[in-house]
Amino acid sequence: MTTATKAPVTGRHRKARMSTRDRVTVALMVLIPTAVVATLVWFPAIASVVMSFFDWDGFGPFSEAKFVGTRWYTEAATIYPAFWPAIQHNVIWLLVLFFIATPIGLLIAVLLDREASHTKFYQTSLYLPVVLSMALIGFIWQLMFSRDQGLFNAILGTTIDWYGDPKINLWSALIATSWRHVGYVMLLYLAGLKGVDLALKEAARIDGASEVQTFFHVVFPVMFPINVVVLVITFIDSLRAFDLVWVINRGRNGLELLATEVTRNIVGEAQRIGLGSALATIMLVISTVFIIIYLRIVMKEDR
Amino acid sequence: MTTPSATALAVPRRPWTKGRIATHAFLAVMTTIWLVPLLYAVLASLRDYQYTARFGYLSLGGFTFDNYVTAWQVGEFAQKFLNSAIITIPAVALTLFLASMVAFVLARFTWKFNIVMLGAFTAGNLLPPQALLIPVFKMFQSVEVPFWFSESGTLLNSYWGLIAVNTGFQVGFCTFVLSNYMKALPKEIYESAMVDGASIWQQYWKLTLPLCRPSLAALATLEITWIYNEFFWATVLLQNGKMFPITSSLTNLSGAFFTDNNLVAAGAVMIALPTIIIYFALQKHFVSGLTLGATKG
Repeated sequence: MTTATKAPVTGRHRKARMSTRDRVTVALMVLIPTAVVATLVWFPAIASVVMSFFDWDGFGPFSEAKFVGTRWYTEAATIYPAFWPAIQHNVIWLLVLFFIATPIGLLIAVLLDREASHTKFYQTSLYLPVVLSMALIGFIWQLMFSRDQGLFNAILGTTIDWYGDPKINLWSALIATSWRHVGYVMLLYLAGLKGVDLALKEAARIDGASEVQTFFHVVFPVMFPINVVVLVITFIDSLRAFDLVWVINRGRNGLELLATEVTRNIVGEAQRIGLGSALATIMLVISTVFIIIYLRIVMKEDR
Repeated sequence: MTTPSATALAVPRRPWTKGRIATHAFLAVMTTIWLVPLLYAVLASLRDYQYTARFGYLSLGGFTFDNYVTAWQVGEFAQKFLNSAIITIPAVALTLFLASMVAFVLARFTWKFNIVMLGAFTAGNLLPPQALLIPVFKMFQSVEVPFWFSESGTLLNSYWGLIAVNTGFQVGFCTFVLSNYMKALPKEIYESAMVDGASIWQQYWKLTLPLCRPSLAALATLEITWIYNEFFWATVLLQNGKMFPITSSLTNLSGAFFTDNNLVAAGAVMIALPTIIIYFALQKHFVSGLTLGATKG
């Protein structure tokens, strides 16, 4: 035993020296989790894309399904009534999170970071909504928005149906979702700001830059990776928004979203697998773009 | 004040300039606005429906604990909380176990496919779950299992399916965080372990995992919250309302609670409580877990 271990252990030889048992262990340690992820994530993702080009009733074997080309995409864009409203709502969702909720979160993070002391209470309170589920947030805001028993109507003396009126319920949902998004963005930026080198700020100050100038010309660009992460999270969260509108009214009447329409086509009254898969594929394509951006940033070190 | 450590730590007393006062005022206003929905939910949950129906929500009075008792019974909360535990605990344990194994191999050995594997695992966590719903639904429907395994006879409408899908979705994020953490461990520890003749499994189980305790704790905190809060998969994959975890039960209850927002409020407060307790008790883990995953780079 002692003679065998005398040779210096170097990284180069490590793999060659592995026993058969160790090789099997390593293989299993990789293959089992990979199989789980492949079966439950990657296979379904590919299957969604494939199924969007076929006419399958969902019961017979898939091999008997007929290839229909882009028929479901054409039908979605021309006949399916909820398609364009859903796209429009997803875009509005994104714009509000991006141009309103995210900047508020950033502003709060900057102020908290600048003050540094006595901010624990603000930080904790603003972050609190993030630990709640979106479904629960829908119910908590129902107490604000309810037509007959809501706080808003009681204060304003109005009888607005905030969650029900198709003209305004999207905005009500956006208020509820922004309530959570601001805290999330704040936390990410707080961590990002802590990582900014103080010497940079000091140098800018000595050069006579104002605090605002320092932020936009020095601090913000330095936080490039975190900016990308926040951007990607904002896009992906807008794309997969679902829970909130599903608890409000199952995503109908002004609250249609891509995610609710995909769901409706499989668990709804009628199963339309081809059409639902076409909508799912659209979601996949959009998210893939942002996932690639995200991976390029977070895995930079590894490349 | 005279000790060197105290002087080093002492923050210079900053004067209360106009700017600082304005900052605090702004933050205080924002914080208040942010707390209103939560505080209002607590307030509404403590009030008698008859009283608020008569005098309106801007009145004060009619305080009672009855809503909690009623919501607990009508909503079958005991069963629903148990369902949440049945789903969350195995899913979190399995997620951390699978993720730590892959992360260990990716961090311990340098292979060509490392980056591809890590990318594939991480990306899976970011895909919109709804985009995978139709194949997962059909797959679970077609997998027949014995009745002792699942009462429904298939993976659809069973806890097994739900635990599996939650695990599959969360493994990616945990792998990413853990592999970063494990890469930072000194390589020398493995060399001395190999000198002692430790197998790969022993190196993983007895050496690496104990060293990863802080990040495992952070991830466990986050994952418990996320899977407890998970709504979409539970709602679509379980069709039997009795099996719903607590987070998905709210939709079923909203019908029963239709006219009584005070009861909804009591239910909401009870459902929020576990995550809020976890957040306050383990705030450090919670925040570090989230920033670990998102801010590297």
